[in-house]
Amino acid sequence: MDRLPLIISTLCFLFGFAATVASLKAGHFRPRRFNLAMMGAGFLLQTVFLVTRGKAIGHCPLTNLFEALIFLSWAITLFYLLIGPVYRLSLLGMFTEPLVFLIQVVALLAPVDAGHPVVFPPHSPWLEFHAAVSVIAYGAFAMAGVAGIMYLAQERQLKTRRLGVIFFQMPPITDLATTNVRLLWVGWLLLTLGQVSAAAIRVRVGLGVLVWGGAMWLSYLLLLLACRRLGPRRVGIFSVALFALSVIALCVLNHFSKGVM
Amino acid sequence: MQILCLGLSHRSAPVDVREQFAVPEAELTTALAALKEMPGIAETVIVSTCNRVEFYAAASDPERAMCSLLQFATERSGVVPTVPEPFFAHDGTASIQHLFRVVSGLESMVIGETEILGQVKKAYAAAAAAGSTSRNLNKFFQRAFNVAKEVRTQTSITRGPVSVGSVTVDLAEKIFGKLSSCHVMILGAGETSELTARALLSRGVKTLFVANRTHERAVALAAEMGGEAIHFEECDSRYHEMDILISSTAAPHYVVTHEKIAPVMSRRPSRPLFLIDLAVPRDIEPSVNDVEGAYLYDIDSLRAIAQQGMEVRKQEVLHCEQIIARHIDEFHQWLGASRPEAPACQIPVIDP
Repeated sequence: MDRLPLIISTLCFLFGFAATVASLKAGHFRPRRFNLAMMGAGFLLQTVFLVTRGKAIGHCPLTNLFEALIFLSWAITLFYLLIGPVYRLSLLGMFTEPLVFLIQVVALLAPVDAGHPVVFPPHSPWLEFHAAVSVIAYGAFAMAGVAGIMYLAQERQLKTRRLGVIFFQMPPITDLATTNVRLLWVGWLLLTLGQVSAAAIRVRVGLGVLVWGGAMWLSYLLLLLACRRLGPRRVGIFSVALFALSVIALCVLNHFSKGVM
Repeated sequence: MQILCLGLSHRSAPVDVREQFAVPEAELTTALAALKEMPGIAETVIVSTCNRVEFYAAASDPERAMCSLLQFATERSGVVPTVPEPFFAHDGTASIQHLFRVVSGLESMVIGETEILGQVKKAYAAAAAAGSTSRNLNKFFQRAFNVAKEVRTQTSITRGPVSVGSVTVDLAEKIFGKLSSCHVMILGAGETSELTARALLSRGVKTLFVANRTHERAVALAAEMGGEAIHFEECDSRYHEMDILISSTAAPHYVVTHEKIAPVMSRRPSRPLFLIDLAVPRDIEPSVNDVEGAYLYDIDSLRAIAQQGMEVRKQEVLHCEQIIARHIDEFHQWLGASRPEAPACQIPVIDP
């Protein structure tokens, strides 16, 4: 029953995406209305679920893969709501909604909500902070990946000179490139904060977890340092690829984090 | 009370006829005052633009008012009416529909253009200031502006570029966002490149460089457009500074080649270059488009996009008409009038 807000939130993202596609096909797309309302409603319901779950387990709801995936969806939606209106990124919602929808559907349907393998010791706010900040960092990386996909889509239309329905609704490619890099920086800084907080409270992890976490942190740092030389197209490709790897890493980390504490 | 409209537009009369009936801005107040004194005219607005001259009136005796409008237009211009006259005349529903179509851009030369809305707003403001409008025309024009707003926001009638100049500007904005930091170079001081550069200048590009084989021509054009003339031989060494390159030389071979652009782009991988080739035969080697960060458009591809935009707008007309029809009904309800009869005054009606 506690999943009801989550199910409704998943439907919100589906409706938002479907409405955007339908309006684009009809040629009457108007960003920042129904789309934004659906994202806002979805976010509120995600929050309700996470708060309810958090109260029920007495911790930050990051104790299994199901909760981690929902927390990730929440972080992605949060970044959309923060940067979408600020950067006037029309259509960002159209690309974000299916991603969030997909993550939530997988979380709801896959048998990943069995038990709470990660146990936070009592009075461990810094440990919960470390876990939450790290997942929020992946939310920023997800949005960087979304900006990367939008850049690649827009760039392809410009190169092939086949300007589709969405071309004139999309942001300029230079804005997308800038947003991509900024989100990568935000994600990397949050991830660093997560890593530093973990080190400060001396979280002990297995070698696999350490290597994965370190590899992701280092990969994003290298990407950021090489941004200027790589050019926005390759940065876009790497953003997408690294986020895909991040999701795998998150699943792997979650799997191996059993008994971390 | 009925709404009437008498006028002529680019569809019914050529420019040499339209200009004879035009009402210059300086004479507008006097003309409005004179027209309001004509028999049967209770309220009036005059819309005079380069593409149309239209006299709107609210009248309780439409036959008499229509004759007054015609008399005023012909007497004021001093033109002896010929048959067929260039005027169209609308009353009741037709006049309401006409203004709603005009402000929505459906009667414009370029369907969906928005300049006309500003012109009609200005004309209405002048009439209101001169005291020639009252309850009926105030409501009528306010409703028209609402229609225009709804049409613009609910349909795609104004979306998408429909000319080579607007396609160029839109593409540039889709690449760079704001153009205020863009540097533009014109290669070849031809008329087409000049028009395109002017369209970009209107969006506030930062600097403009002009290069031409005849340097004096480049200097003259640069001075005219507030840019800087550079020697043609100097161009190759300046490409790396540019964001937009417009080329329309008469050269029989490629002036801008892959060999020249590839090293430029490798020096600035994060900064795109928009190349516009307006020349026939082409100035820019097509393979330049393969260079990362370089976006090349020739005249055919620009025209194709403009044509595509026009088709989209044409498809939207039906949707606009539905919105207009709904507003006509609502306005009729407000006006509290039944569908009027045709005026008795004999005017050759030319359907727009």
